[in-house]
Amino acid sequence: MMSLPTPEDLAGLIFLGIVAVTVTGGIIAVNAARLIRAVTGLVICFIGVAGLYYYLNSPFLALMEMLIYVGAVCVTIVFAIMLAEPEPEKQVGKQNAIAGIISLCVGAVLFWSLAVLGTEKAMWPAASVKINDGSILDIGQSLLKNYSMAFELISIVLLMAIIGALVLARAGRVKS
Amino acid sequence: MIPHPETRRVLTPFILPTVVLLPLLAGGLYFVWPLVPGGVQRVLISLVAVIAFAAGNAAYLVWLERKVCAHIQRRIGPKEVGPFGLIQPVVDGIKLMSKQLLIPKGVDKPLFMVAPLLVLVPAIMSFVTIPFSEDLVARNINVGLLMIFAFASVNVLGLLLGGWGSNNKYAVIAAARAVSQNVAYEIPMLITVITMVMVTHTLNLNEIVIQQDGSFWNWYLFRFSASPLMPVAFLIFFICSLAETNRAPFDLGEAESELVAGFHTEYSGMGFGVFFMGEYANIVIGSSLAVILFLGGWQSPVSFLADGFWWFLLKMYFLIFCVMWIRWTYPRTTLWGLLNLSWKVLIPLSLINLLLTSFMVKVWPLLMGAS
Repeated sequence: MMSLPTPEDLAGLIFLGIVAVTVTGGIIAVNAARLIRAVTGLVICFIGVAGLYYYLNSPFLALMEMLIYVGAVCVTIVFAIMLAEPEPEKQVGKQNAIAGIISLCVGAVLFWSLAVLGTEKAMWPAASVKINDGSILDIGQSLLKNYSMAFELISIVLLMAIIGALVLARAGRVKS
Repeated sequence: MIPHPETRRVLTPFILPTVVLLPLLAGGLYFVWPLVPGGVQRVLISLVAVIAFAAGNAAYLVWLERKVCAHIQRRIGPKEVGPFGLIQPVVDGIKLMSKQLLIPKGVDKPLFMVAPLLVLVPAIMSFVTIPFSEDLVARNINVGLLMIFAFASVNVLGLLLGGWGSNNKYAVIAAARAVSQNVAYEIPMLITVITMVMVTHTLNLNEIVIQQDGSFWNWYLFRFSASPLMPVAFLIFFICSLAETNRAPFDLGEAESELVAGFHTEYSGMGFGVFFMGEYANIVIGSSLAVILFLGGWQSPVSFLADGFWWFLLKMYFLIFCVMWIRWTYPRTTLWGLLNLSWKVLIPLSLINLLLTSFMVKVWPLLMGAS
């Protein structure tokens, strides 16, 4: 009897898919020749990360990632690119093959040593336990109680950004 | 009745798939289906139902739009293909699919191809959490309201990439307009929604509808005890959903008289079709959300009539009719008029509503308790 995939198998497949989406997006984002394509890669990467959050049973975080990073940050970046209209990219000349091999080796060594440091030497904190069900009530309360300082600081940063944008926009205006 | 030779020519390639492949598929499904585990069955059924609902609605809303427009302009509208022109959307779909997918020289091909999908797919995803009745919901997510806004915010990215990728001046101008419009109207919309969440205490769409149980005076539209400005909040929400879906009088992104066809100028065939499916799916979602938040969802307006999904559909299609009605009645606004309306009228109003609601929700009970 052919056994059909169970929901758990499907979930595993979906997890692999999400990881693939994240990695592909990241690779596009760093390798694209055109700026706008790099942003598209970033969007794909963010969608993948949101999928990972969802997979980790945190739908609120996943949707916030979609709303803020995909819906706001990336749209702002694309808009900035459209306004700035960067000149066509200068193609970087063909790199030396030996340089490529050397950089690959250096990268591999770095990655390996970091991985060893991370898995064997580092003092890992105890695995985090699920404190609560991650509902909006809990998140709201911890934002305004335990982490209210960080929350307020972030809002001050945003306020400064708005004021800065206003000052810059005002300075460019000519009185007619 | 002998079909027109042109009709026969168009339909011939579809005969083989329908006569041979469909029965094969159905037969295969009949044997395989019982072996599929229950959880996967539910996912598959929800998936197919959601996509079918979105696509069917897109097709028949085009028909409805043409009929409404025609009657407002004292015409009849489509009437040749089928009774009342009801088969018109099918024929239109076949026409769009059989057209050549033209990709002009000089476009950014990957962006050009992916843009229509970025408009349509998030819209279809949003249908997953919309409760048509208490049980008729594909996935009852606890943060459903947030989910719809999260996916709705991707829509504008599709327009932007499509406009920019087209490498066409009109498309780029349209995309820039669409972004400034979407950014401006997302603010009052989200403030209104935050106000609603302060009243409902939940982001679960099912629970929001259940809270409006009873007769129509229990709908949030008339919940004056929560905020005396509830009808105003509904109006702000409705106007913003018009603007967010780029509908007239806010359809500056596709102003035909100035920008050819706006961001989809360069799209042909199904590329254009997918953009339109996305637009209509977004209208359906906007109207559904208004019905869920303010008009009691599937709850019947009077207590002696049974609740059910028919009330939801009735209210939703009434709102969609209003959207079309507005489109064919009012002329397009200017870009400045549009931005002024948002920044100078809707945002202050929604902020006042937010303050008033927080006062009514938090301070008012304290005052009443003290006296």
